[in-house]
Amino acid sequence: MEISKEKFQIVGTRSTEAEKISKPSLSFWKDVSIRFRKNKLAMFGVVLLILLIIMAIFGPYMTKFDYRTNNLVNTNKPPGSMHWFGTDDLGRDVFARTWQGARISLFIGIAAAAVDFFIGVFWGGLAGYKGGRIDEFMMRFADVLWGIPYLLLVILFMVVMGQSLGTMILAMTITGWINMARIVRGQVLSLKSQEYVLASKTLGAGLQRIMGKHLIPNTMGPILVTMTLTVPSAIFTEAFLSYLGLGLTPPLASWGTMASDGLPAIKYYPWRLFFPATFICLTIFAFNVIGDGLRDALDPRLRK
Amino acid sequence: MAKYITKRLLYLLFSLYLIITATFFLMRLAPGNPFTGEKQLPPEIQASLNEHYGLNKPWYVQYGDYLVKIAHWDFGPSFKYNSRTVNDLINDGFPVSLFLGVEAILIALALGTLLGIIAALKHNKWQDYGAMIIAVLGISVPSFIMATVLQYFLAIKWHIFPVARWDSFMHTILPALALASTPMAFIARLTRSSMLEVLANDYIRTAKSKGLGQTAITIKHTIRNALLPVVSYMGPLSAGIVTGSFVIEKIFGIPGLGSHFVMSISNRDYTVIMGVTVFYSIILLSAILLVDIAYGFIDPRIKLTSGKKGE
Repeated sequence: MEISKEKFQIVGTRSTEAEKISKPSLSFWKDVSIRFRKNKLAMFGVVLLILLIIMAIFGPYMTKFDYRTNNLVNTNKPPGSMHWFGTDDLGRDVFARTWQGARISLFIGIAAAAVDFFIGVFWGGLAGYKGGRIDEFMMRFADVLWGIPYLLLVILFMVVMGQSLGTMILAMTITGWINMARIVRGQVLSLKSQEYVLASKTLGAGLQRIMGKHLIPNTMGPILVTMTLTVPSAIFTEAFLSYLGLGLTPPLASWGTMASDGLPAIKYYPWRLFFPATFICLTIFAFNVIGDGLRDALDPRLRK
Repeated sequence: MAKYITKRLLYLLFSLYLIITATFFLMRLAPGNPFTGEKQLPPEIQASLNEHYGLNKPWYVQYGDYLVKIAHWDFGPSFKYNSRTVNDLINDGFPVSLFLGVEAILIALALGTLLGIIAALKHNKWQDYGAMIIAVLGISVPSFIMATVLQYFLAIKWHIFPVARWDSFMHTILPALALASTPMAFIARLTRSSMLEVLANDYIRTAKSKGLGQTAITIKHTIRNALLPVVSYMGPLSAGIVTGSFVIEKIFGIPGLGSHFVMSISNRDYTVIMGVTVFYSIILLSAILLVDIAYGFIDPRIKLTSGKKGE
């Protein structure tokens, strides 16, 4: 069968159009933020977290009751118009205590993540960049520490050093930084042989500049994910220690100590456990979904 | 293989040595001596107690003695209850804790892999979302809160299970469920993501194109490969079960090693804290080593001889 030539038409090569950029160019972080914002669960986590932080800042001022004042006439009152979340066994307002506790629990989580960040980035960055014997030695040291069961070590420290906010954060970070160090080392190891690092070196940049300007910023993604997931585990550890009687000492309140105080009374005064326990779960949930969302948004393989 | 195992064993011994040394010196730093109490002891009794427990010797002799004792599986006496030793507590409580722990691990493995497999096979359908919501809940709700919630509703309100204690198999179900909730969620997510990865492989398409049914593909080709990450999760899993058992045993009043340990913490019974910590460390480090070796046998693609730890 023959097809007549008239049926064909020259469309031409529109060279201008072939070169045209149809999509605005996106930087890496812009792309990440767009993909993160498409993740409904992660955005829900962000909203939840913002609400929790706002309440932690303003919550204690929203009620006329103070978190530490005992009122022995009004003990174990159920939630009502006077005491929105009820009162505990010493008549203290659970609403005020919950948001005071939010401050402490969030502080512990964020402080633990920050300490992990500084030690981990320093240790992992140095080991990865120097390589060779120094790397071998530094990472073997981390491996040995890694072998020690985390919570056992934390418990041991709390028993010996006494119960305060400082010792708690110290105990959590003693082996907590290793994960961060490993991640940073792995990234630095693969990034340091890139051409731009060589170029920077050729131009006379020192260790500090190469680290601060080139290597660490390019490792920020995994660092951010690790930090986001450290916060809930620190909040969990704090609550766990409180359950073991190794938490903060009164009148300081954290969600962990409130939940552990409320536990024996669950049958008759369930609100004393309900509020702190719910907020522990919500906070851990928020950080977890944000961390997962970040990890997905940062993974170029998941780009559609 | 033998070289790898020897190397790992040496690491394990070194880690253990560090743990023992750290606990020994940390406990010496602890405030007060073992016999400080409400009653001031007469100096003669104090001296003879010190003599009895070897506390009058210089620290390096005590340290050496302690290392030798541990090597002979002797974890020392309890300073609070003078007729009991740490070995008694372990022999007494560990079988209970082991039973609870194994039950929890089995629940976590069974439910976790099941949820993960369903989620992966029904990817982006309601079953997937449902399973992942359960998993996120399991991760967000700490085990001790889960324990309290289960106890409150299933035992106190609806009387389906006994509230506490350790008498029959029915008594073991609630604590095991509470203990299993978080690891189950992790296993479900792990299984799901590795199933999805395996399902995208060419050999799955080959299996499909030669006419194998969904069930045969899932059982013969997918699960076997997808469950490998779950095997490597067994190490952290056992650590989580051990530490989780401290609070769970306390909440349910179970006479296991975990509740003995918690009791010794609130009594500040330093020798027991020290002995049980060392015992747990031995158990956990050995468990992790066994899992790593088993992994090498299960997955022939892994060459253990390289001696590098997996990332």
